Amino acid sequence: MALIRITSPHAHRPGNTGSVMLTVLMATLPGLAAMTFFFGWGTLIQVLWGSLLAIALEALSVKLRRRPVSFYLTDYSALVTAVLLGLALPPFAPWWVMAVGISVAIIIAKQLYGGMGSNPFNPAMVAYALLLVSFPIQMTSWTAPFVMLGDGWSVLSLGETLSAIFATPSTAVDAHTMATPLDIMRHRGGFTTEEMWVNDALLANGIGAWHAVSAAYFMGGVFLLYKKIFTWHAPVAMLTSLTVLSTLFFLLMPDQYPDPFFHLTTGATMLGAFFIATDPVTSATSNKGKLWFGIGIGILVFVIRTWGNYPDAVAFAVLLMNLCAPFIDQYTQPRSYGHAKPNRGMK
Amino acid sequence: MSAVFVAVLVLLGLGLVFGILLGYSSIRFKVEGNPLVDQVDSLLPQTQCGQCGHPGCRPYAEAIVNADEAINKCPPGGQSTVEALADLLDVEALPLDAESEAEPIKKVAYIREDECIGCTKCIQACPVDAILGAAKQMHTVITSECTGCDLCVEPCPVDCIDMLPLETTLNNWQWPAPKPGIELIATDRQPSIALEVKG
Amino acid sequence: MKNTIRVHQFHGGIHPPENKKQSTGAPISLAPIPSRIVLPLQQHIGLPADPVVRVGQRVLKGQLVAEAIGRISANIHASISGTVVAIEPHPVPHMSGMKADCLIIESDGKDEWIEHQGLADYTKLPTQALIEYIRQSGIAGMGGAGFPTDVKLHLGDDHIVNTLIINAAECEPYITADDMLMRERADEIMGGIEIIAHLLKPLHIMVGIEDNKPQAIRALHAAMDNSALNLDIVITPTKYPSGGEKQLIKLLTGVEVPSGSIPADVGIVCQNVGTTSAIYRAVTHGEPLISRIITVTGQAAAHKQNYEVRLGTPLADLLNHSAVERQQLQRLIIGGPMMGITVTDEQIPVIKTTNCLIAGSIKEMPPQPPAQACIRCGMCEQVCPAELLPQQLYWFAKGKEFDKARHHNLFDCIECGACSYVCPSNIPLVQYYRFAKAEIRKEDDEQRKADHARQRFEARLARLERDKIEKEERRKQRAIDAAAAQAAKKDAALNQAPTASVSAAPEAGTPDLKQLKSNAAIARTKLKKAEKALNNAQDKGLDGIDTLKETLKQLQLKSAQAEKAYSDAQNAPAKAAAPVLDLKQLKSNAAIARTKLKKAEKQLANATASGEGDISALTAQVSLLQDKNIAAEKAYKAAESGPSNAAAAPIDTTELEADIAALQAKVDKATSAWQAAVASASPAADKMAAGVEKLTTKLKGLQDELSQARAALPASSATVDTTELEADIAALQGKVDKANSAWQAAVASASPAADKMAAGVEKLTTKLKGLQDELSQARAALPASSTTVDTTELEADIAALQGKVDKANGAWQAAVASASPAADKMAAGVEKLTTKLKGLQDELTQAKSRSEAAMPAAAPATAAPDLKALKQQVSIMRTKLKKAEKQLTELPEGADNAALMAEIDSLKARHDAAKALWDAAEADKIAAAAAQGVDLKQLKIDAAMARAAVTKAERALSKAEDDQPALEAELVTIRAQADKLNATLERFSD
Repeated sequence: MALIRITSPHAHRPGNTGSVMLTVLMATLPGLAAMTFFFGWGTLIQVLWGSLLAIALEALSVKLRRRPVSFYLTDYSALVTAVLLGLALPPFAPWWVMAVGISVAIIIAKQLYGGMGSNPFNPAMVAYALLLVSFPIQMTSWTAPFVMLGDGWSVLSLGETLSAIFATPSTAVDAHTMATPLDIMRHRGGFTTEEMWVNDALLANGIGAWHAVSAAYFMGGVFLLYKKIFTWHAPVAMLTSLTVLSTLFFLLMPDQYPDPFFHLTTGATMLGAFFIATDPVTSATSNKGKLWFGIGIGILVFVIRTWGNYPDAVAFAVLLMNLCAPFIDQYTQPRSYGHAKPNRGMK
Repeated sequence: MSAVFVAVLVLLGLGLVFGILLGYSSIRFKVEGNPLVDQVDSLLPQTQCGQCGHPGCRPYAEAIVNADEAINKCPPGGQSTVEALADLLDVEALPLDAESEAEPIKKVAYIREDECIGCTKCIQACPVDAILGAAKQMHTVITSECTGCDLCVEPCPVDCIDMLPLETTLNNWQWPAPKPGIELIATDRQPSIALEVKG
Repeated sequence: MKNTIRVHQFHGGIHPPENKKQSTGAPISLAPIPSRIVLPLQQHIGLPADPVVRVGQRVLKGQLVAEAIGRISANIHASISGTVVAIEPHPVPHMSGMKADCLIIESDGKDEWIEHQGLADYTKLPTQALIEYIRQSGIAGMGGAGFPTDVKLHLGDDHIVNTLIINAAECEPYITADDMLMRERADEIMGGIEIIAHLLKPLHIMVGIEDNKPQAIRALHAAMDNSALNLDIVITPTKYPSGGEKQLIKLLTGVEVPSGSIPADVGIVCQNVGTTSAIYRAVTHGEPLISRIITVTGQAAAHKQNYEVRLGTPLADLLNHSAVERQQLQRLIIGGPMMGITVTDEQIPVIKTTNCLIAGSIKEMPPQPPAQACIRCGMCEQVCPAELLPQQLYWFAKGKEFDKARHHNLFDCIECGACSYVCPSNIPLVQYYRFAKAEIRKEDDEQRKADHARQRFEARLARLERDKIEKEERRKQRAIDAAAAQAAKKDAALNQAPTASVSAAPEAGTPDLKQLKSNAAIARTKLKKAEKALNNAQDKGLDGIDTLKETLKQLQLKSAQAEKAYSDAQNAPAKAAAPVLDLKQLKSNAAIARTKLKKAEKQLANATASGEGDISALTAQVSLLQDKNIAAEKAYKAAESGPSNAAAAPIDTTELEADIAALQAKVDKATSAWQAAVASASPAADKMAAGVEKLTTKLKGLQDELSQARAALPASSATVDTTELEADIAALQGKVDKANSAWQAAVASASPAADKMAAGVEKLTTKLKGLQDELSQARAALPASSTTVDTTELEADIAALQGKVDKANGAWQAAVASASPAADKMAAGVEKLTTKLKGLQDELTQAKSRSEAAMPAAAPATAAPDLKALKQQVSIMRTKLKKAEKQLTELPEGADNAALMAEIDSLKARHDAAKALWDAAEADKIAAAAAQGVDLKQLKIDAAMARAAVTKAERALSKAEDDQPALEAELVTIRAQADKLNATLERFSD
């Protein structure tokens, strides 16, 4: 056999980008299960529908860019985008919402920038933000957790869900929609959170569903940390800054601001902390940089949730911090071996 | 009336203050020479070959700075010099104004010594005094000083000067750039080739 | 076994599969002695070693075969006994796969050691001597870069070494060479450590070893626990790259080596265990570094174990000995899997730094999949032991933003490969860094070179500018000098009373010799002028003779002073140099005496002329002076004849000539004085006549002497003579001119002196003619080569004469017009001048014909250089022709190329002519050569060139379809020439 000449090293750790993405997909399973369990088939259908679209669009784009299709499809990054968007959309959002979202995510936010690794913004969050601004009604019509409805666990069958998503929205769906806790929070009037839960039994009953879903995401995140897919810096920094800020305000004016636990366990906080803020492509590079990146997201989430126009804020916070990532990179270079202090800036 | 006076006085006062300020700073922060010319000159390859149409690198640098000469007239510097100049002067990088290759191969002059008739013409042509010899004596090029400017080739009456690329030895061999990812199109089915070191 | 020392941490690191167990099963065994070894002259950074053996020489095992040059260089020793068969380029272990100079030795199978002996007690040796001893043994770092060890041992000289670290970490997978060495030869290592410790005197010694080598740790403890040194064995957790020098230092001491520094700057020196063992063997057994332990492993190798291998053994021998399955072998790696290099040639030899050979199978080391896009996952950053941002560096390297890469500390990268190992996108990061580093180094180098070129360019411009200025100044100086000369002449013509202006002369004092000389000359000139004026006045019987006399006396005084000052000044600095300068002194004495004599004579003449004063007293004085003069001259001549030799001869003649000239002047003056006296019916006339007689005799004597001296002179000085003669002639001519003009003036003013003047002019002219004759004789005697110069000079003379003739003509016509009585005489003068002119012209034609006649005679003598010149001409012609042809072909179709064609034709004709000339000359040469044995080599070269020309022409013919006939004709001629040459060659090569 002819000898070959190649550069060192000659050993390589098994695995590639595709396996990293598959691990991430695996880590979303608890969250997906929890969503399906509490909110019906909708989320699962959204995820599958999104994945299908994502693969097709990715293949099309790669083909148009004259790149080897199978090579690029097997990095599974499109699937991750689709799953994340699927988890973020309301379970009964019409099919075209997902179609628009995935098109924007894959074609505009990712492939137009040069494909995986070159996109400055998280594709799923770009799509989510765009959908939220464009179709506020569809995007804010969340299904109520089944537990809140009090009449059993399977109100909408698979078929009904499918028709709700792909055909005209049925009135049955309307009956199942309700505001999310964050919406309620926004329009709660003069109540404190404590009072709200006490006042509304239904809500008190249903909040557990949100907690459970957040816990599922948290589990997935811990799994990824264990697998060393990412470092602890970004999620911990984000959660910590959010907690610190909300605690501060909650302690100052408990009747005005919700408690930190509420912030951590509702909305997309956990999903964002472990699956969005840790997106390596669009976050800061160094460990120090990831800390600042996470802190920034945490602060922005709190600020937008508290004083902003939209109920949830993870998408906007992440996008804004994506903008800052290169800047953060320049000023958070690590101190290299043998250097007294780190370099700053780009020179 | 007094308001007009005040306005005039204020304006005068301001004018005075700023005038003094400007006058002072023009003395205090006076820049000797034109640093931009030096900067441009330091980016040029100093072959002094005159291919830009100027009698040396510094005159070209001066022309770039003072006479808006195009920055793409330096074949020995290649595209990288053009880009460096564009970067420095904050102008558009133009493609190299020559049919020559974008990254020229570094060459040095060699005299075929048995054909040299000792006319000293090349010695006079050499801008960096890199040719050694005397009248009626064989000449030779001090390779380490040669900038590869080509200027000695034309004056030679017997065409005994060759411009030869520098030889690669163990000491100046360098790692080639890894093949860019675009190579994947060709090697998609045989991925093993992609990383082989060329040469 | 527990650490007594706290182990620190370094950032990052990886845990690749170790694969070490495979090769630790068997003890170290000796590899078979190779039949042939290849020793690369350069095995590390720094300078290659210089071979000290010849091809064909027999060398013994351990014999020095190549010597270190420079500080960072190491000796190379033969590792077998045998014969040096070649010193030539051969593949070496290098990433490029290129060849480099190697020394190849063929074994004689005896494996015979050169006589060697260790040091009985190295502690008795001075440190420097011991280090030199180690240097002589050719020991280089056996861990990585192969840095000559003695350089590190010298670090104690200018650094304070606190800590000596022995690197036993061996962190790379697969490699077990150090492990096995420690297990089996811990005593040697200990011995080596003691020697190094003796040299560097560290306060603390630490042996860093990874915890995956328990047996080695036990062996080390057994060997070292009883040591008197402050030594600790530090066990570090297994993590790649803990064996990197900087990483190990961080692990053991917690200190970081500052970027750009060496460990010694922070008081630390690292040595590899293999090196310590080699030092021990060199010092105690006197064995230079000729073998080392190498791990042969990899799935394709049947026997995976460590061998002690002679340096220079080709890899193929080792592979065969380990029964490597070539079918399975897919990657052959020298070094470890993380930093080793792949080689493709099994003939590559083992060198001092080769610690492992991995025969990798495709299963074991599958080809790396193509690189995916970087997802900035940051895994590389987590493992980087240098705490860099590998992915940022990758982006910069890929985008060729080298400045940014450098800013991100690219040069702190140790190329350990950890980042590439973990990269999920399979990006060859290390290669990007190597590429970027090389590019940056190249850019720096180019920048340096450009700066250097700029300096040289500017220096050249400055030099040219300086030259120009100097030239300009010289030109200006010449102009000034000429103007001054002109002014002096004007002064003479105006005949001004010189009293005032001379006074400054003597005061100038000692320093400026030139100034003094010129002062003296000016004084002399003025004196002469005054004398002349006096004579004039006397002749005309004008008033004021007394005042003039007064002036003359003063001038004489001054002149004497000036001359004295000059000669003094000249002698003063010259005194130091012995006899020659004495000679000068004498000479000047003689001259002074002569001058005095002259003056006295003049005075006498004046006195007699004016019939005044004490003539007898003056005469006495003159005779006294004459005696003195003769004595001085005698002394001078005596002195001169002592040291003088052949070379002095020309000086003699010049002196003689000067004497003659002076005498002649005297004679002239005396004659004129006498004539004056006669005219004024002075009673002194008879005496004067006698004096003139005497002087003339003296002159003749001198002239005889001169001609004798000249005859005695070698022929070579003839040229000098002619120039001198010419100068004389020019001077005379000047005099003639002046006399002429004076005469004309006199004629014009109807002066009674006109007749006399005419006679003077006549005489001068005669003299001139005499000189000219002499000149032509001298010229005739000269070799033919100088004829060309002569003709030009002659021509110049002719032109000058013609000018004069014209002027004289003009003057004559003017005189005729004014009915001047001098007109007739003038006519005669003009006539004479014209005759002279004709004579000169004749001479010129003669000279020309002579030179032409001389030319062909000269040709054969200079044939050899001519041949060269002809050849050059031919080649120049050829080139010109080529260039013209090129121009022609470059011209657009249909353009007017008739002119060019014509030019080419003429060039061709010239070329042919030149070529024919050359050929003829060469034929002559060949014939000549044939007469005295032929320069076969030259002939061969010529023949080869002719053949090459033929092939070239043929090629041209095949290429150019259109211009075939001409080319064919050319081809035919060239072929003929080639055939001719071949024939000649054959003729002579028998």
